[in-house]
Amino acid sequence: MAILVIAEHDHGQLNPVTLSTLKAATQLSGDVEVLVAGYDCKNVVEQLTKCEAVQTVLSVDNLLYQHFLPENLSLLIASIAQGYSHILAPATTFGKNFMPRLSALLDVQMVSDITAIESEDTFKRPIYAGNAVATVQCSSPQKLLTIRPTAFEKVALNRSAPAPVRSVPAAEGFEDSAFVSVQQANADKPQLSQAKVVVSGGRGLQKAENFKMLEDLATKLGGGAIGASRAAVDVGWIGNDCQVGQTGKVVAPELYVAVGISGAIQHIAGMKDSKVIVAINKDENAPIFEVATYGLVADLFDAVPELIEKLAEEG
Amino acid sequence: MKVLVAVKHVVDAYVQIRLMADGSGVDTRGLKHNINPFCEIAVEEAVQLKEKGDASEVVICSIGEDAVQETLRKALALGADRAVHLKTTAQMQPLQLAKVLHTLVESEKPDLVLMGKQSIDGDNNQTAQMLAGLLGWPQGMFASRLELKGQELVVNREVDSGEETLQLKLPAVVSADLRLNQPRHVTLPNLMKTKQKPLEVQTLPDLAPSSYKILNVTEPAKRQKGVLLNSVDELLDKLKNEAKVVG
Repeated sequence: MAILVIAEHDHGQLNPVTLSTLKAATQLSGDVEVLVAGYDCKNVVEQLTKCEAVQTVLSVDNLLYQHFLPENLSLLIASIAQGYSHILAPATTFGKNFMPRLSALLDVQMVSDITAIESEDTFKRPIYAGNAVATVQCSSPQKLLTIRPTAFEKVALNRSAPAPVRSVPAAEGFEDSAFVSVQQANADKPQLSQAKVVVSGGRGLQKAENFKMLEDLATKLGGGAIGASRAAVDVGWIGNDCQVGQTGKVVAPELYVAVGISGAIQHIAGMKDSKVIVAINKDENAPIFEVATYGLVADLFDAVPELIEKLAEEG
Repeated sequence: MKVLVAVKHVVDAYVQIRLMADGSGVDTRGLKHNINPFCEIAVEEAVQLKEKGDASEVVICSIGEDAVQETLRKALALGADRAVHLKTTAQMQPLQLAKVLHTLVESEKPDLVLMGKQSIDGDNNQTAQMLAGLLGWPQGMFASRLELKGQELVVNREVDSGEETLQLKLPAVVSADLRLNQPRHVTLPNLMKTKQKPLEVQTLPDLAPSSYKILNVTEPAKRQKGVLLNSVDELLDKLKNEAKVVG
């Protein structure tokens, strides 16, 4: 039986979380097919034909899928689901939106946010904000899975001959939901979940204006994204789209700098897989130091400007 | 507009959990429980809809053992009108929960179902979407703002790239994200007054077993503890020469 992966993209470009989801799919047995549902998304289809992990690219190019409404996506995927042993999507706001709905349509209990594949039917996933890891077994004939992208490598786009493309008809459309608009946050900055460098601030920043300092630091570190702890989001200093943690975004950049963040378990759950973690906090007992590669016990209002200045000197 | 809010009774967000010695699960016995934080936001939103005159009645429901009545009382104290306890001792998975809620929706006939986006124990983030799928209703997940416009609901929702706005025909299912509102504090007099509010108990029939089984629950891998440094210079040196993440 084949495996179906649902691609995340913006019609023009493939979202790299799809490559991590494909990696997870290669750990199961069966040919991997990937579905590109969108509108005017030829470029994404072409990108995926170069993917070594992909046997066939399925393409549905239709206005119905322009805004990825979960009502339409779940009807579409349900219409082609038969014959697949596993259906996978990234555990992002894209995948989390339609996969449970699909799961209800197919009458299958899905598995969310998988961090490891143990076998065809057994998976690991974090529960209780990452305080525990559950190994779960799914005995339904078909498995529906969302994959935590940061837990898997990305497959390469180096296929020698392009994979074949098969066109799939659109399914019926859902009438009662309509897309109105999208407000892109920080369109000029890297997306938090994909940035190589993330600089995050917490309650220690004391006010919203001080996030400017973190933006300067992120710029000096080669153009990083800005993150925040839930505490900083709750007091309204920064938007929820910046929240790193189990209830926000899970990130795993090359470098994560936590400034004035104490390190509540729910925050740590969202960043502990980062390669290098730097923590700057004046409380030496802050739990963030337990996970930091490099800890600096210092007043952030001294240390961050000094760091910015010294990075600037080196140009 | 009638609003149904489904809430979950979970281990309090600020309590440190411990695992069963045999690895079979999380030992929740004797731990402080509370209304799931996202569900509390959903209740607050429903109450605000009523205060604005958009909602005529706010009904709360929860699935589980008798202890869930504590969470139902809290929701009533926040301002809900009445509560339904769907009683069971079974540990249900999201699809089973959604099916139970589906049955309740058919008898209660709400125009809007509000739920939290995920519970902080299972962290599944599934039940609201599943319920919408079973009902064939529009869904507005991870909502940060709601506005009723006639028979339609305008929902702003949190997405990875920013914020999206949808227009949904009622009836619909909406799940609450953090920024939707800041729930009010429950006062003791309001908690006392809930004794006068109706709380109906419906015992659920036995369920078909779920295809989903938790084999074991373990501690997460510990990250190796790093070093504490004394100065910004030392930090820069490490980032450049040891970690090689700064050019």
